[in-house]
Amino acid sequence: MMGRHRLLNTLSHLVLCIGVLITVFPIYVALVGASHTAQEMAQSPIPLWFGHETWNNLKTVLWGEGPGVTSQIPVSRMLWVSCVTAFSIAVGKIIISLLSAFAIVYFQFRFRKAVFWGIFVTLMLPVEVRIVPTYQVIADFHMVNSFAGLTIPLIASATATFLFRQFFLTVPDELAEASKMDGATPMRFFWDVLLPLSRTTIAALFVIQFIYGWNQYLWPLLISTEERMYPIVMGIRSMTAGADSQVQWNLVMATALLALLPPLLVVLCMQKWFIKGLVDTEK
Amino acid sequence: MPWVLIAPQAFIVLAFFFWPAGQALIQSLQQSDAFGTSVEWVGFANFLSLWRDDTYLASFKTTAIFSLWVAGLGISISLLLAFFADRIVRGAWVYRSLLILPYAVAPVVAGVLWLFLFSPSVGLASYILEQWGLHWNILLNSNHAMTLIVIAAVWKQISYNFLFFLAGFQSIPKSLIEAAAIDGAGVWRRFWTIQFPLLTPTTFFLLVVNTVYAFFETFGVVDATTKGGPGKDTAILIYKVYFDGFKAMDLGGSAAQSVVLMFIVIGLTFLQFRYIERKVNY
Amino acid sequence: MATLELKNLVKRYGFGTKAVQVLHNVSAEIHDGEFVVIVGPSGCGKSTLLRMVAGLEDITEGEIRIGNKKVNDLEPSERDIAMVFQNYALYPHMSVFENMAYGLKIAKVSKEDIKKRVHAAASALELSHLLERKPRELSGGQRQRVAMGRAIVRQPQVFLFDEPLSNLDAKLRAHTRLEIQKLHRELATTSLFVTHDQVEAMTLAQRMLVMNEGRLQQFGTPEEVYNRPANTFVAGFIGAPPMNLLHEMSGIDTEMILGIRPEHLHIKNASHADGRSDAYSWAAQVYALEMLGAERLVYARIGQEDVVLRTDVTSNAPEIGGTLELIAYHHQVHWFDKKTGLRQS
Repeated sequence: MMGRHRLLNTLSHLVLCIGVLITVFPIYVALVGASHTAQEMAQSPIPLWFGHETWNNLKTVLWGEGPGVTSQIPVSRMLWVSCVTAFSIAVGKIIISLLSAFAIVYFQFRFRKAVFWGIFVTLMLPVEVRIVPTYQVIADFHMVNSFAGLTIPLIASATATFLFRQFFLTVPDELAEASKMDGATPMRFFWDVLLPLSRTTIAALFVIQFIYGWNQYLWPLLISTEERMYPIVMGIRSMTAGADSQVQWNLVMATALLALLPPLLVVLCMQKWFIKGLVDTEK
Repeated sequence: MPWVLIAPQAFIVLAFFFWPAGQALIQSLQQSDAFGTSVEWVGFANFLSLWRDDTYLASFKTTAIFSLWVAGLGISISLLLAFFADRIVRGAWVYRSLLILPYAVAPVVAGVLWLFLFSPSVGLASYILEQWGLHWNILLNSNHAMTLIVIAAVWKQISYNFLFFLAGFQSIPKSLIEAAAIDGAGVWRRFWTIQFPLLTPTTFFLLVVNTVYAFFETFGVVDATTKGGPGKDTAILIYKVYFDGFKAMDLGGSAAQSVVLMFIVIGLTFLQFRYIERKVNY
Repeated sequence: MATLELKNLVKRYGFGTKAVQVLHNVSAEIHDGEFVVIVGPSGCGKSTLLRMVAGLEDITEGEIRIGNKKVNDLEPSERDIAMVFQNYALYPHMSVFENMAYGLKIAKVSKEDIKKRVHAAASALELSHLLERKPRELSGGQRQRVAMGRAIVRQPQVFLFDEPLSNLDAKLRAHTRLEIQKLHRELATTSLFVTHDQVEAMTLAQRMLVMNEGRLQQFGTPEEVYNRPANTFVAGFIGAPPMNLLHEMSGIDTEMILGIRPEHLHIKNASHADGRSDAYSWAAQVYALEMLGAERLVYARIGQEDVVLRTDVTSNAPEIGGTLELIAYHHQVHWFDKKTGLRQS
């Protein structure tokens, strides 16, 4: 019954290879593009194999010296901004969500329901929907062009709180009772028992939130008016601002590589947790 | 004690969610003069003028078409890939690792990469298309522009959809497939009559997620590539909100658009929870 | 080591008209070092009672005194008790050693003392070679012993057991029962053990607290409960097969229920004289047989009532459908009031 095994198998691999080609090709092109000079990248068709200019291009772009640099601020600064932002968003979100989920699941208090739904509602309001007024709040707090302004509005959404809540609900009540009998205060229980058990969930969330923070575009576009506070995804955009023929594609590709490598590495290294986290959240 | 724990999230949620959302609602019912010094209540006038505004309606249409393409292509392609990935035994993790790469790429970077590939002067794709006699130009041809943003947006979303479909396939008990095989169903029939129906929750879920993605998260793609052009032909709604609010300084109109978008998201999320039997009981 | 006093305990959930009362005025005095089993069907309130002693449930009315100290308002960790949970409640990410040491660590016991106590408990429970393992690497029986070890190291005044054997298979259950008995002989700590299994209750208890629907039915030794059940519930709950309760029998007071244990119902044979004045005799029709190996159960119908008899296997099996004459000696028969269900002596 599973007869046409061989044919189907070959077909499967074929289709998957094509799929992989499609997904990997642009990244490959970026790798190639970053390894040539501007002249080599200005001809059509562009070379399909690697050149020798990778290090030079990276140097140019990272430290802002050399021909063809368009922005005042070197990309290394922008990399730093992205790093700090992404990391802060991921860590910040994880911490406050852990605490909120803990409170919601393990404590009985008035308005618990209201708090729960209040947080739930935030799931329905991505930042893009409230850009103008949120910008005004930031401006009022004098947080424009600051790391705080870049990160804080993005750490309050409920996805993480939800994930942790779902997870905490799977921890047997008996564990909390046993710890009570052992004399542990709630915070002690949280630290000694709940947190260690949540390790996988935290790892998964970290990956997702880090990528989310790193890839933020619209929000930094509004908040960061000074180039020194640009995350790298904004920097790369400004490099393509000119007319098509003027663009230094080799530098753009080098920057693109820098822009996509950190999240890529995070995804690859933490693949297992990340996939588990993604799929488990929604199921 | 619990209040201390909730305080941080509560504070941020209040300050950066509810307050701005409320503000957006209020502003949508107001109109400021050209200098931004005075505001007057105009009730639903902003919404009405949106309704009558051709460019807004056009933007709506553009967004609808865009999201249909993105969701449709995104789901079909990833379904196909997941189907085959589920069948093979060897090398599955290699394919999976490679197929999830685009997830890590920012929409705006994806836009830049595909912009490069389709660049009229040096793009590989444009080169190939030229060989076939097609003059590629996103600055002048709206269809080309739309094609570009659709491709970039779909490319990025394939990973996400793929992961969910793969998980969906793997959660179908093997015994069901085997029973169907014993009943004489071939591969194709097994897919259509057993696997696909059982994937309906996943498909529906992804439809909603992809639509939300197309509506909101593709801002970067548009800004990196067509910037809404040519003219306003690829100005999806979120792009218009940004443009009107920050470039054209039409706060009232932009707020009204935000409110409309808010309701669309709420509607979609509501759908997602109600019909996908999410365990949001309390 | 302490006495445990339960005084007029009431437990209510909810308020006003929506209130559900789960425990009705339960009182009992448990002696120092006694092993008491709380037994009853599901929903009878036994777990609630145990949890109130543990401090995991509030006490609506009444008092609990441990060693003559009122503990109503004390936290579980302040009551000097330890509990063994039904699902063991072992911390999955901690080793066996750490699981047993956790409570002591919080109580700021010195490291050497912790080591001493944990090792002592581990060797008593044959866990010494498992101290570095994680719970998921252990079998059900081993996890059960770790849960007990965790309770033992606390050296509490009272042990609480919440149906700890329910998740074990039959063989392991029997084995662990013996282990618990052995432990109790060694440690002689006052213990409160909850179970729904009356066999466990009978074998482990020095005294049994039989409960039903939130009310204390009888508190006595296994012998007392078995031989002199206080009401029809206890009579029918303790003993397997349960006591036969006959309501409508010819020649019997209609206000009374007659109770006779399956082993006390005999089939009339040659050794029984006819027309005895110290025994009842009835005609019954056999409708089923169950061969258990060491004995045979005979199911018969007397008039409208079904009864069960335990017979030995040396005599021939009665025929299904055949008639028998059954004998019950007056002194082995129990009488209960039909209205109240209470025992009439």
